[in-house]
Amino acid sequence: MINRVFGRDSGSSKDIAKERLRLVLVHDRANVSPQFLEMLKNELIRVISEYMEIDDAAMDVNLTSAENSVALVASIPVRRMKRSVSARQ
Amino acid sequence: MGQAIVVTSGKGGVGKTTTTANLGTALAMAGSKVVLMDADIGLRNLDVVMGLENRIVYDLVDVVEGYCRLKQALIKDKRFESLYLLPAAQTKDKTAVSPDQMKALVEELAKEFDFVIIDSPAGIEQGFKNAIAGAEKAVIVTTPEVSAVRDADRIIGLLEAAQMAPPMLIINRIRPKMVKQGDMMDISDMIDILAIDLLGVVPDDESIVVSTNRGEPAVLSPSSKAGEAYRNIARRLQGEDVPLMSLDSDDGFFSKLKRIMGLGAK
Repeated sequence: MINRVFGRDSGSSKDIAKERLRLVLVHDRANVSPQFLEMLKNELIRVISEYMEIDDAAMDVNLTSAENSVALVASIPVRRMKRSVSARQ
Repeated sequence: MGQAIVVTSGKGGVGKTTTTANLGTALAMAGSKVVLMDADIGLRNLDVVMGLENRIVYDLVDVVEGYCRLKQALIKDKRFESLYLLPAAQTKDKTAVSPDQMKALVEELAKEFDFVIIDSPAGIEQGFKNAIAGAEKAVIVTTPEVSAVRDADRIIGLLEAAQMAPPMLIINRIRPKMVKQGDMMDISDMIDILAIDLLGVVPDDESIVVSTNRGEPAVLSPSSKAGEAYRNIARRLQGEDVPLMSLDSDDGFFSKLKRIMGLGAK
């Protein structure tokens, strides 16, 4: 509060640093290796295949980034649903 | 077999060489047999930080190229019997040595010494690859700045890709007063972001400048706060469980006043 009186406070700069760092690292880490998406894709195929039959050749997984957010976008064509998912467990 | 530990950071100027010199000296003070290896070929500096620049005859590249034996290139520290330096070449460049050659060299040193501490150059190119080639552990030095933490993150990714054990973090140049004011990232912020184990925290300390001027690592000065932090880190590397030292800044006007008035029991 005293800081504010003296006009020094413009919101804690540490939080600004953290937020900027968080965003820049999402981008950095996503770019690090081309194998990264491939690994993710294979994991996804493995998990989803337990629930439905998918067309993995036509599957598309990508990171898209806007100004201040990053999203994982996956397009996964489903061929057939499995009937007995709940029975499996 | 001794431990081979590389000190690295990605970003330059965060205190790799100072950290290497201080950890090595502190480990030797505490009784370990230590060799410091300057892997920054072409830009050697560990020798001046250690105050050993006048004793260099042969260097790392001379050893690799077979101009001298490894023993001949090792420089004994002036203060400790069990501390040695293998200096980098100053006139060659990083391509003078290959990762395989570095690995062989480190392995040879690890037979003789308890600790082989490798001072890595900044960057992520050949020099960095050489520096990590023989190391089994990595210590990452960062400062509480966006740029340094970002580079540390990149280095962690590269070490992971090189299938090294998870690295340990040293946060250098913390300024407790600024942390308290909310103008500097604190320890937990950085641990959170980087998600690696903390090895130690070193406060920003003017005595580092003085000790570098003199070529006397700060761990030799009992009153240096940074020196104390490095001595603690060295003990952790030796397997001891040492708590983080208190970084509460007591240099403010009011705490000084309180101390004078005898109220300083904090």
